[in-house]
Amino acid sequence: MMKRLLGAAAALVLAGSIAGVAHAADKLKVGFIYLGPIGDLGWTYQHELGRQALVKELGDKIETTYLENVPEGPDSERAIEQLVRAGNKLIFTTSFGYMDPTLKVAKKYPNVHFEHATGYKRDKNMSTYSGRWYQGRYIQGQIAAKMSKAGVLGYIGSFPIPEVVSGINATMLGAQSINPNIKVKIIWVNTWFDPGKEADAAKALLDQGADIIMQHTDSPAAMQVAAERGKLAFGQDSEMIKFGPKAQLTSILDTWGPYYIARVKAELDGTWKSEDTWGGLDSKMFEMAPYTNMPDDVKKMAEETQAAITSGKLHPFKCPIVAQDGKEVECKGGDHLADGQILGMNFYVKGVDDKLPGK
Amino acid sequence: MLLVEAIILSVLAASTPLLLAATGELVTERAGVLNLGVEGMMIVGAACGFAGAWVSGSIIVGALCGIVAGMLTSLIFAFMTLGLAVNQVATGLALTILGIGLSGLIGARFVGERITTAPKLSIPGLTDIPLVGRILFGEDAFVYLSLALIIGVWWFLYRTRAGLVLRACGDNHVSAHALGYPVLRIRMLAVLFGGACAGLAGAYLPLAYTPFFIPGMTAGRGWIALALVVFASWRPGRLVIGAYLFGAVTILQLHAQGAGVGIPSQFMSALPYLATVIVLVLLSRARTGGSTAPAALGTVFVPDR
Amino acid sequence: MQLVLEKRAERSRTIALVSPLIAIALTLITMSVLFAILGKNPITALGVYFIAPLTDGYSLQEIAVKATPLVMIAIGLSLCYLANAWNIGAEGQFLIGAVAGSWIAVTTQGTEAGHWVLPAMLVAGAVAGALYALIPALCRVRFGASEILTSLMLVYVADLLLDYLVRGPWRDPAGFNFPTTAEFDPVATVPVLIEGGRLHLGSIIALIVVAGAFVLLDRTIKGFEIRVVGVAPRAARFGGFNANQLVLLTFAVSGALAGLAGIIEVAGPIGHLQPGISPGYGFTAIIVAFLGRLNPIGILIAGLFLALTFIGGEQAQITMKIPLDVTKVFQGILLFYVLACDSLILYRFKLVFAARQVQSAAR
Repeated sequence: MMKRLLGAAAALVLAGSIAGVAHAADKLKVGFIYLGPIGDLGWTYQHELGRQALVKELGDKIETTYLENVPEGPDSERAIEQLVRAGNKLIFTTSFGYMDPTLKVAKKYPNVHFEHATGYKRDKNMSTYSGRWYQGRYIQGQIAAKMSKAGVLGYIGSFPIPEVVSGINATMLGAQSINPNIKVKIIWVNTWFDPGKEADAAKALLDQGADIIMQHTDSPAAMQVAAERGKLAFGQDSEMIKFGPKAQLTSILDTWGPYYIARVKAELDGTWKSEDTWGGLDSKMFEMAPYTNMPDDVKKMAEETQAAITSGKLHPFKCPIVAQDGKEVECKGGDHLADGQILGMNFYVKGVDDKLPGK
Repeated sequence: MLLVEAIILSVLAASTPLLLAATGELVTERAGVLNLGVEGMMIVGAACGFAGAWVSGSIIVGALCGIVAGMLTSLIFAFMTLGLAVNQVATGLALTILGIGLSGLIGARFVGERITTAPKLSIPGLTDIPLVGRILFGEDAFVYLSLALIIGVWWFLYRTRAGLVLRACGDNHVSAHALGYPVLRIRMLAVLFGGACAGLAGAYLPLAYTPFFIPGMTAGRGWIALALVVFASWRPGRLVIGAYLFGAVTILQLHAQGAGVGIPSQFMSALPYLATVIVLVLLSRARTGGSTAPAALGTVFVPDR
Repeated sequence: MQLVLEKRAERSRTIALVSPLIAIALTLITMSVLFAILGKNPITALGVYFIAPLTDGYSLQEIAVKATPLVMIAIGLSLCYLANAWNIGAEGQFLIGAVAGSWIAVTTQGTEAGHWVLPAMLVAGAVAGALYALIPALCRVRFGASEILTSLMLVYVADLLLDYLVRGPWRDPAGFNFPTTAEFDPVATVPVLIEGGRLHLGSIIALIVVAGAFVLLDRTIKGFEIRVVGVAPRAARFGGFNANQLVLLTFAVSGALAGLAGIIEVAGPIGHLQPGISPGYGFTAIIVAFLGRLNPIGILIAGLFLALTFIGGEQAQITMKIPLDVTKVFQGILLFYVLACDSLILYRFKLVFAARQVQSAAR
């Protein structure tokens, strides 16, 4: 095993001199900063798959490097700068916490281009990119409402950041469109990644009467608990059907490959510009895993909703949106909430029977 | 199934890796050796345990691989601290770093694979007894093994001569040595036992809890196990209480959240740690006399010549 | 055949100086073998780890930045360990210091507050760290509760408290509800020493701390007390030293230093308060303390050395695609060798072929 692994590592080409900057290679150097280990089966793993897709597509023109397990604290600025100093001209920093460090380094090296995932600060050489995962959550909410016999959904939250909160709201809005009386139980585990704790949370939710498990944490632990108990669940980030062949309804798959390829192509052509990309279903920034373990009519409904969202006919946050306290939320985006309102979402919609942490 | 029953089942499972690892560390520390590398040994056990089970298709083989991996890792520690008389605290911490690296290298090949978890026991007649049947006879075998192990350790420490000798090594290695006992050899066996238990505890996670391996999946449980040994003031009976108390508070705070108690989740997550501190302070207060730590804990012993 | 240690009559000063070199030589050999198996050129790989980071100003600065909190925390811990007080919770004291100092930064944000802000933050960080460290110290002195457990558990509590604050009350109002405070004002930021780099005033403070600890241990009665209580508690009692008082004192000092390191890190390289401000500094510092033989100068060297392996590990990932896990293994092996070679200062290693010799000699 070791040998095979080491062999694979050996196949990679030894790049440049010790300092790595002395010889300017002909190939474009592209760098990645990862939050977790590449084998986390979730967030970082999907970015790594994106990088591999990139190498497969453009491998003869580019050379990629990544730094894994880079903590979001003081180490990240150094890690990014190390990539710059090693001659990388386009650098993807793949977690929210890298936002300020990326910006600092970007200001220092105006000739290098940066791409920061899920943040909101930009510069002339720093783009942002993210996915409108709430669209997928809306579909999941509808499926859940159809499939739940108890009318109670179990939701495992990581941290109450806007992305997770908007996911819960989109789920509820989708579910309420099918069953206005649907209930949701939420457990915050305060970690993105602790398979044991995620499994414990899933068990607790099922024991309290929920019969569909939804998660916004990274490992397939919750999926596997649902499978073991003969209940249904949705995957997160990656394809988890392997861990619940009879349990997974669908999963939101972060497919970063197409975006990475497009951006690197732009860099190669010299057409790279600082942009704000918030890709939805139409952009393939994410995809829905096949709809499984559900009757044909539910599957048909899901596909129709997906088509409606993709074409723009349906917006999950279509006004009026009523918040938990019964007040209507100001509608800043015409007939739906403005992007800024979704990006910074800090309220629950009506029907969520939980107190938003930190409120 | 009643909610109470379900909660107890979850608590049993959540506490088992803590209890297993802490049992091993208790024996190690009772012999006078402080091995802070539990987290490192556990994660190596998790990687090797999963690898073994995946290759062989057998949970038992996986568990054995975890045990052996934990022992081998602890052997490095034993060589350093007992053979070369190196500081135990620093070596243990270095072992954790090494273990995390090793487990990543070993486990890389297996990321994304899955196995079938250890089956829950099912004994006709017994498992079906209302209320207690599933708790007493319906969990996976590791749960009961961990309890049997701690009972065995209690019996060994307090009811056998070998146990007495081991405790003597931990309390006063100079006297034990003067009496002709091979202090270093006994300590090495204790360290290896600790490694085996930590390896098994680590393997429990991918074998029985979540059927896959992910780097870092022990998520700090080794540290909790270390703290539990202190909590138990090095006594097996209290270790069981500590492990289940910690597991229970962990699970109950999840249930409280699910039931919609409007308390910040960070506070709920902090509860197991706060509870352990408060209970320890209360216990220590009630106790008369000094500390119950093995007197020679963490100190280097080099036989005089 | 058996390996036997023989105690030297006194510490070997020669070995004390040479042992790190032996350790590095052994590491070079071991890693050369490992790199050869990996298919990497061992000479190049070792150059990347050890030499390259020392050859340019940028990397040298980064080593200092990384070493600063490690050294500060480790100095405090070394006092505790010398006095036989087991503070394992420096990580928590680091976080609390960061939180307390940030409180001043957050409340004065956007006001006319002048240059007193940063000094006040540093003081607040140190005081809060000291108070937080006094909890386990008091639990031990008053109730006999083991400080190992209480200080470790309080790490998790501090982490969750920080998490609660930045996700709730202290959140940047203009930050789309993401969990961070706003960037600190310039008066609340630790100044950078060299324009364009990250080397900051904190590194100077760390050096002062090292010097202070050196004077304390080497030149003062208190320092003597600390060492005696640790080595010979009975003798210390007869000497009239109050062990409990020293537990409180060393815990408070180490908590203050950890807290100070925490606020310097937040007001320096990071620039705002957020979750995950420490990549385990408080735990790594324990290794630094022992690697430095609990001696201030040793700790300074050990901290810089460990920082070097972190920077080198990143460069190895970049230039040679060596996985991070290999770097961890490398660090582990290196630490083992350094610790093992340090054993040579006190002992001679001997291979004995007659197995029973030890015991008969002991009778």
